[in-house]
Amino acid sequence: MTGYILKRLLSAIPVLLGITVIVFLIMALIPGDPATAILGSYATPENVARLNRDLGLDKPLVSQYFIWLSNMLHGDFGTSFALNRPVIDEVLERFNATLVLAGTAFVLCAIFGVMAGVISAANQYGWADKTITFAVLLGISIPSFFLGMMMILFFAVNLRWFPVSGMWPIYGDRTIWVLLHHLAMPAIALAVVATGVVARLSRSAMLEVLRQDFIRTARAKGVDERGVIWRHALKAAMVSIIPVLGIQAGFVLSGAVYIEIVFQWPGVGRMLVDAILKRDILLVQGGVVFVAACYVIFNIAVDVAQSLLDPRIKT
Amino acid sequence: MSLAHVTRRGLMTAGAALAFAFGSVTGAFAQTPPGVLIVGQIAEPKALDPAAVTAVNDFRILMNVYDGLVRYKQGTLEVEPALATDWTISEDGTEYTFKLREGVKFHDGTDFNADAVVFNFERMLKDDHPFHNTGPFPLAFFFSAVDKVEALDPMTVKFTLNAPYAPFLSNLAYPTGLIVSPAAVETFGTDFGRNPSGTGPFKFAEWRSNEAVVVEANPDYWGGAPALNAVVFRPITDANTRTAEMLAGGIDLMVEVPPVALSEFQGDAYRIYEQAGPHLWFLILNAKEGPFADKRVRQAANYAINKEAIVNDVLEGTADVAAGPTPPAFAWAYDDTLSPYPYDPDKARALLKEAGAEGAKLTFYVTEGGSGMLDPIAMGTAIQADLQAVGLEVKIETYEWNTFLGQVNPGLEGKADMAEMAWMTNDPDTLPFLALRTDAWPDKGGFNSGYYSNPKVDELLEAARVATDQAERATLYKQMQEIVHDDAPWVFVANWKQNAVTSAQVENFRLEPSFFLLLKDVAKN
Repeated sequence: MTGYILKRLLSAIPVLLGITVIVFLIMALIPGDPATAILGSYATPENVARLNRDLGLDKPLVSQYFIWLSNMLHGDFGTSFALNRPVIDEVLERFNATLVLAGTAFVLCAIFGVMAGVISAANQYGWADKTITFAVLLGISIPSFFLGMMMILFFAVNLRWFPVSGMWPIYGDRTIWVLLHHLAMPAIALAVVATGVVARLSRSAMLEVLRQDFIRTARAKGVDERGVIWRHALKAAMVSIIPVLGIQAGFVLSGAVYIEIVFQWPGVGRMLVDAILKRDILLVQGGVVFVAACYVIFNIAVDVAQSLLDPRIKT
Repeated sequence: MSLAHVTRRGLMTAGAALAFAFGSVTGAFAQTPPGVLIVGQIAEPKALDPAAVTAVNDFRILMNVYDGLVRYKQGTLEVEPALATDWTISEDGTEYTFKLREGVKFHDGTDFNADAVVFNFERMLKDDHPFHNTGPFPLAFFFSAVDKVEALDPMTVKFTLNAPYAPFLSNLAYPTGLIVSPAAVETFGTDFGRNPSGTGPFKFAEWRSNEAVVVEANPDYWGGAPALNAVVFRPITDANTRTAEMLAGGIDLMVEVPPVALSEFQGDAYRIYEQAGPHLWFLILNAKEGPFADKRVRQAANYAINKEAIVNDVLEGTADVAAGPTPPAFAWAYDDTLSPYPYDPDKARALLKEAGAEGAKLTFYVTEGGSGMLDPIAMGTAIQADLQAVGLEVKIETYEWNTFLGQVNPGLEGKADMAEMAWMTNDPDTLPFLALRTDAWPDKGGFNSGYYSNPKVDELLEAARVATDQAERATLYKQMQEIVHDDAPWVFVANWKQNAVTSAQVENFRLEPSFFLLLKDVAKN
């Protein structure tokens, strides 16, 4: 197992290097530069050239890339033009907030999605199945940002149960309850679509397993229905559910961008959108590389989990 | 079936527990404390170093933490004394000598004096200044006319310019001219932008990234202590979320209210403010080639576009129809005898026919957003429809803001016939000088992207720039406006009225034509 994990980790290195090249090239190729963005109306060629020189952007592209890469390997991600602070501080702080949001949404969608799928499958064509299938269809169809805005309007503006936006209150203590209070709406809005997808796939995975011989054997042995479903069938179905969860983790992470904008969550998605609009090159590059690295590691974890459940996968 | 039962019961229990948990903290956030004003900002500030920033959003904080040598008189764009109590200008307009206010201290306790002023300008302008590396200073060119700054005595400072430059005083009133504490710059270096120290009515207290900038009252302020105890600036980038926060009581004051959201704030719980500012939204016409090279076609475009409909329907009344190149907010320099081109499609058709430009094909650059651009796509579409109606065939090309600037600023030649543009300036000199002179064509480093050229206009603008007498400048600007109005190098569309909403507890608030947010006299009950 250790060898397998090591091999997967090594194979991630070229992937990450490739990502650094791609994100660097994209930022170099898109029209507009940070100096123009900073100067706005005052972006005369002369002012732009002077500011680019001050920002160190007048060097050839290739040398810019290698300076950036070698600085990064030494742990220096540079300083953001637009925020005037070290990229790594900003990214870590923001990523932390995104992890809280996306992590909660992921846990919600995993638990409720799998549960809904299992219940659906166990009661195929029964009322529970029909209700869940309908709810799932609804959940998949609502864009998360729209759902978020409607939740704000209803629960925050009209009922005033939850705060409209932000992660922490302006005043007061920072307790876990206050965090949950701020987290509830964005996490639910973000989890809804993913829950629907997980529920659908869990349902079909379960139905497939429930038709297999070993289930019939278990029932014949006299295992009670609950044991059959949750212990025997679900464990077997998990092999095909886990990769879906892995994909949903990516989905939740990218879907967080909209939710972070709507709920003003100080996460990395909103940071990247702002940074791209301001052509804050180093912040975009640093942020993307960091998120990509996390995603790669997460995928390795999913593969490892899968191979633990199903030894045949190990190669 | 038993399965579903267990789950449903479990769900209900979990739901009840959650509701209980949230219910217990609900009371804690409903109202913001009295004496503390919470302002909804449109973005996270870049830095709180006035020399290093360019965004109006950042200026809103800075103007409350720092003072300049001069400032705009309340409700106008005319300068009055601030940290300088008075000044003299030499006969030839190249020497400005300021007498400084006695007894003023920076928030860090150090004295404000002539050396501090010299430090501020040398930091920005001299490459070999020991703290020049605390930049870059993108707007330092506002003071590029300054040759030398010297302290004549501890309370007198003299600026020597390399040529007469009339906008110098109003540039000093702009945030780039705000005075920072030299001691704080020396202590914090490049981190000064996060540890600001000025002389203003509020002093910096705390900056929580992406959450809030907090400033507290400066009880020793030379102009009297402010009425508020503290101000919290919260960045809320999404306009809908900002509106929702205002409705839910999470903020007390919001700026740049989207036009469509204004109707939410009718009634006694809120107050709506409006103030026209030094803003102009216009179309650059390519006067070098194509149909707009003919003045009659440019005038036809001005007649064909229904500006009333644009400001009332697209912008919901948040702007006025523009008459010429100078916004009315510059009251002293504005020619109020000018009236906007009326909406007259028949006249437009007649002019087009006369010029032989009927059915001309035009390429129109539209942006998706950008500072001061209001609602550029909807406005662009309305303009396209109006021009189609008089028989011009308009093809829109839409670009993201930075890309758009990259296309338009180098000039429209060979690419497009017209482009949207908007400017907010602090002096009536800035926009025409940078965008209407022959010497401001893009290849000479200016913003005259439509290649307008009229020797008379050049002459007037050059003369206005070196005249130090305001009445004389005003006459020159008024003559310029008349010629430009008739030459129609642009379609003059709208002057934006900045708006803001406060809750009813907020008192003594007013918007300034400068678009700065001045909170010294504001109170909150």
